[in-house]
Amino acid sequence: MYRYDEFDATIVRERVEQFRGQVARRLAGELTEDQFRPLRLKNGLYLQLHAYMLRIAIPYGVLSSRQVRKLAYIARRYDRGFGHFTTRQNIQFHWPQLPEVPDILQHLADVEMHAIQTSGNCIRNVTADQFAGVAADEVEDPRIWAEIVRQWSTFHPEFSYLPRKFKIAVTGAQDDRAAIRTHDIGLRLVKNDAGETGFEVWVGGGLGRTPILAVRCRAFLPKQHLLSYLEAILRTYNLLGRRDNIYKARIKILVQATGGEKFAQMVEEEWEKIKDGPLHLPQAEVDRIHRYFAPPAYETLPDIDPAFETAKLEHPEFARWARVNLVKHQVPGYAIVNIALKSEGGVPGDASADQMDLLAEVADAFSLGEVRITHHQNVVLPYVRKRDLFALWQRLKPAKLATSNLGFISDIIACPGLDYCNLANARSIPVAQRLSRHFGDPRKLDEIGELRLNISGCINACGHHHVGHIGILGVDKQGQEFYQVTVGGSSKEDASLGKIVGAAFSEDDIVPAIDTIINTYLANRTDRSERFLDYVRRAGVDPFKEALYGSAPARRTAAE
Amino acid sequence: MAMASQMITANRLSDGMVVYFTAGKGWSETFAQGAVWNDKESAETALNESKESVKARIVVEPYLFDVAVTDAGPKPTSARERIRADHNPSVAPDQGSWTGRIPD
Ligand code: HEM
Ligand code: SF4
Repeated sequence: MYRYDEFDATIVRERVEQFRGQVARRLAGELTEDQFRPLRLKNGLYLQLHAYMLRIAIPYGVLSSRQVRKLAYIARRYDRGFGHFTTRQNIQFHWPQLPEVPDILQHLADVEMHAIQTSGNCIRNVTADQFAGVAADEVEDPRIWAEIVRQWSTFHPEFSYLPRKFKIAVTGAQDDRAAIRTHDIGLRLVKNDAGETGFEVWVGGGLGRTPILAVRCRAFLPKQHLLSYLEAILRTYNLLGRRDNIYKARIKILVQATGGEKFAQMVEEEWEKIKDGPLHLPQAEVDRIHRYFAPPAYETLPDIDPAFETAKLEHPEFARWARVNLVKHQVPGYAIVNIALKSEGGVPGDASADQMDLLAEVADAFSLGEVRITHHQNVVLPYVRKRDLFALWQRLKPAKLATSNLGFISDIIACPGLDYCNLANARSIPVAQRLSRHFGDPRKLDEIGELRLNISGCINACGHHHVGHIGILGVDKQGQEFYQVTVGGSSKEDASLGKIVGAAFSEDDIVPAIDTIINTYLANRTDRSERFLDYVRRAGVDPFKEALYGSAPARRTAAE
Repeated sequence: MAMASQMITANRLSDGMVVYFTAGKGWSETFAQGAVWNDKESAETALNESKESVKARIVVEPYLFDVAVTDAGPKPTSARERIRADHNPSVAPDQGSWTGRIPD
């Protein structure tokens, strides 16, 4: 794992003390809310519906067990005993009190964590493929590059006041696990024909009010040029991006208005000027960062572990969990374990303090003290010996952490919605809970197969609804909650934006509507090998429209 | 046209708690203790008065919202204000983690 050097540690501590002073001045009346708001946002502190909300960065999703224990402590001591993991590999606490926030930040600094770059118009916390460094299909470990980008972007003077926030994601394999096409810049590690590794660079993606998928800006960028190329993109954006209209300020709007090719050309021109300048990455520096992420001391193990095979035969529930939640590891005898924070009837992405302590405990016992957070709001143990899997599962199960639904309809991404969020139109969490109960039966999940369902409580799209195979968007109709449904979105390498099926559904009608959509798919797919997404791509939205609204247009609400 | 009745709400500066402006020009956490205005002019006047508490560092961002006056008292008309009035999310957080703050 990356460890802070002296410079990092000092800067984070100074930042805590600076914020302590700002909070004191706010409470003493020396700062008005208008003066204080931008300062608190720079420290990840929002004012939400019922309370303040503190958003803490988990750079590229990696946490040590020590950090997880600290989060559990903060949850108990300063919050209400839980935290919420988000699609941006952050964690949010929903109940901190203003005078105590500096203390929370102090505790975080003790374990090399902070809330910098979690808000505001800067380059946000860099996200990455959660299987970095362990996935069997990986081209190269993206954490090294995410860390290099983090160091370059934190407090970068030129990019602290961009036209709008800026999000960068890195994936290490062809299988896009970081949703790179929904980010302002998406990076994928690839090999060229000469066998060298570099980056495929995507630019101009984003969701929100105007969802746009990133276009490819460069097919192959040699690694040592990463920072100069990013800087060329940012500089082009910083000069030309619109600051007059908040809805048109993201780079996606600029890229679309300019045209992908023209934009890429402008970036190339800027890059020519700076590519061999001070941002050229010296190999020694790359090697230095690399050492932080050196592979652990793996044991030499047979890939097939007899105890694991026997346990699967004896315990069908464990066998199902192993089938659904494990991913192939680079090293024989090891597995990557996914822990779903998606229990039936639970809140997607929430973990209680007790669960966090347990996660830290099993990370120490079975995964070299490390966990990862995924943009699907789940947790990963990256280094588990196959022989330990059954013992691990037995520890997870009583804590409701052994749900076997990864990649199925109940593995829902959901934003906090109107239960917490000041910008929300409708609640997301209760819809997710009802759907997870409705589709709780594992046999039903298996029958439906791979399905991504994402929910956002408003057009800001924090729950990635546009790129769910099924997307649900909360809308407001005269103060009442309604839900608009899209189908056919994807955030993977075959990225696409969902299409609206028709008029929005009421709170009572939304679960039956999703059921109808699923039944339409089940009745019409060629066979099991045709996934929901494939079916939508083949058949379009008409069969769903017909099934949902067909003979009963009266179901449309008057407002539509 | 008759205006819907309105109340004034804000978040408390110290902890963000939802509060309501009362007839005595103070603030209460209890929705039922909030004052109701039935015409635009008195609602706007009250809103201006409530802003004194912003200067006094008691609350942030007070605003008016619609309520329906029923036999059982005023009720918020929007889902948003119903949830705010409850001071809690509409769902119990997962796994019984709703333990409340613990002391040191
Ligand atoms: C509860 C407090 C939150 C607030 C006030 C908030 C606010 C916003 C706003 C205003 C935007 C739109 C920005 C734009 O269009 O430029 C946005 C986008 C986004 N938020 Fe949140 N958010 C919150 C929570 C979350 C959570 C919990 C998640 C993860 C589950 C999240 C993930 C995202 C993502 C991924 C986007 C990007 C969409 C895009 O690419 O435009 N946010 N958020
Ligand atoms: S999508 Fe809307 S409701 Fe959901 S967290 Fe984002 S801003 Fe809030």
